[in-house]
Amino acid sequence: MEPALSNPAIEFRDVAYRVAETQVLCGFNLQVQSGETLVLLGRSGSGKTTSLKLVNRLLSPTSGDVRVKGVSNREADVIRLRRSMGYVIQDVGLFPHFTVERNIGLVPKTEGWSDDRIRARVQELLQTVGLAADTASRYPHQLSGGQRQRVGVARALAADPEILLMDEPFGALDPLTRDELQREFLLLQQRLHKTVVFVTHDLREALRLGTRIALMEAGRLVTVLSPVEFLRSTQALAAAYVRAFGGGLESAANRGTS
Amino acid sequence: MNVFRFMLQNRGQVLELTFEHLRLVGFSTLFAMLIGIPLGIAIAHRPKFNRPVLATANIIQTIPSLALFGFLLPVPWLGERSDRLAILALTLYALLPIIRNTYTGIRGVDPAVVEAGRGMGLTESQLLFQVELPLAVSVILSGVRVAVVISVGLATIAAAIGAGGLGEFIFRGLAMVDDRVILAGAIPAAILALVADFGVGWLERRLQPR
Repeated sequence: MEPALSNPAIEFRDVAYRVAETQVLCGFNLQVQSGETLVLLGRSGSGKTTSLKLVNRLLSPTSGDVRVKGVSNREADVIRLRRSMGYVIQDVGLFPHFTVERNIGLVPKTEGWSDDRIRARVQELLQTVGLAADTASRYPHQLSGGQRQRVGVARALAADPEILLMDEPFGALDPLTRDELQREFLLLQQRLHKTVVFVTHDLREALRLGTRIALMEAGRLVTVLSPVEFLRSTQALAAAYVRAFGGGLESAANRGTS
Repeated sequence: MNVFRFMLQNRGQVLELTFEHLRLVGFSTLFAMLIGIPLGIAIAHRPKFNRPVLATANIIQTIPSLALFGFLLPVPWLGERSDRLAILALTLYALLPIIRNTYTGIRGVDPAVVEAGRGMGLTESQLLFQVELPLAVSVILSGVRVAVVISVGLATIAAAIGAGGLGEFIFRGLAMVDDRVILAGAIPAAILALVADFGVGWLERRLQPR
C-alpha cells in the first residue's frame, strides 16, 4: 500500500461501483498527487474509464467516496466540479456545428468571459497544442484526426483547470500522430504541471507518460508503481504486461520525476 | 380550360377558402410543434416512456379522419365551433411525425459529443439548446414537413363538419357532380402542399449543421 499523502488532488476512498448485478469497481483506494500524471492501465472492462468518470461525477459511486481537493464529490456542485477539470475522450466529441474557436471557447463563454479574452485565449491554446492560428475558424469535419484531438486537448485546457482527465485520448490515432502527440503531451506537462489522470491499455504509452501507473484488473486496483518499478516488477499481472509488449520498453519509461 | 375560368370567376371565394385552409393547417401545425417537440425531447431523454407515447401517437394516426371529426363533434366547447374541432383533430394527426422525428433526431446526436459536453460542465439545458437541438433540427423539421403536407390534405375533410377551407369546393363539387368545382378546391390544396413542402424543406437545408 502506498503511503498516505497529506493533500492529494484526487482521492478514492473504498469506492465501489455496481451496475445492476455487475460489480464494475470494488474496494478501490487510490490517491492522485497534485501535478503528477497518474496512468490507469488495464484491459477493457477493468474499470479504468469508470474510475475516471467517478472523478467528474459522470458516474456516482455505489459506496465509498471520491474526493477532489479534499471535498467529497457528493457535496460538490456538479457543474462547478466539471468545469474545474478538463475532460478529453478518445472520440474527442467536438461539437460538429461549432467552429474550432467556439468549441474551445465554450466553457469560458459559459463562465462569462468577454469575447476578446476568449479570442486571445483560443489563439494562445492553439499555439500551445501546435495548431495554426487560422484553425480557429474551421469546423471539426475539416480537420484530420490528429488535429481534432489537439483541439480536444485545447478545449479541455480552456478555462485553465488544475485537473485533466484523459480517456484514451490518443487511442484512435495512427502510430506516427500518436507518437507526436505523446511527445507534445510530455512537453506540455513539463510546463503546465497539471494533475492528470490518464486512461490507457497501452503499456508503452503508460510507461512513457506516467509518473505512476495504477494497474487495474476486473474492477480492482492491482498495484501502483512508477514506470521503472513497473518494468522490474515481479507482480504476476505487471510481468505479464511487460512480456506481452516485448522488448524496447526500457527506453520508453518516464524517468522525469521518480 | 373550364376549371381555371371557374376559379377566376370565383377568385374571391377561392382566396378566402385558401386562407381558411392555411389557418387550419398553420394553427394545428403550430400546436403540434408546441406539444410534439417537448414530448419528443422528453422521451429521447427518458427512453422508458418512448413506447407508450409513440404507440399512442400511432393509434391516433390510424383513426379515420372523418370518424375522428365525428367523435369530437359532441364535445361541448369544441362542438360549438367546428374550426376549433378541426384544428384539434389536425393537431392530433400532426403529432406522430413531429414526436417521432424529434425523438430520432435527439437520439441520433453522437453520444461522444453529448458526453464531452456533459463532462465539460454544460448544464442539461445548455446541452439541450446548444448541442442537441441544433444538431437535431433538420431531422425535426423534416418531421414538421411531413406533418404539414399531411395536414393540408386532411384539412380538406374538415369541410365535412363545416370548418371551411378548400374542402368546401370539393364537397360541393361532389354533390353537384361538377369536376370544375372539385378541382377548384383540389388544385389550390395541391399547390399549398407543394409550397409548404418546399418551404420547410428549404428551411431544413438552411439549418442543417455541417
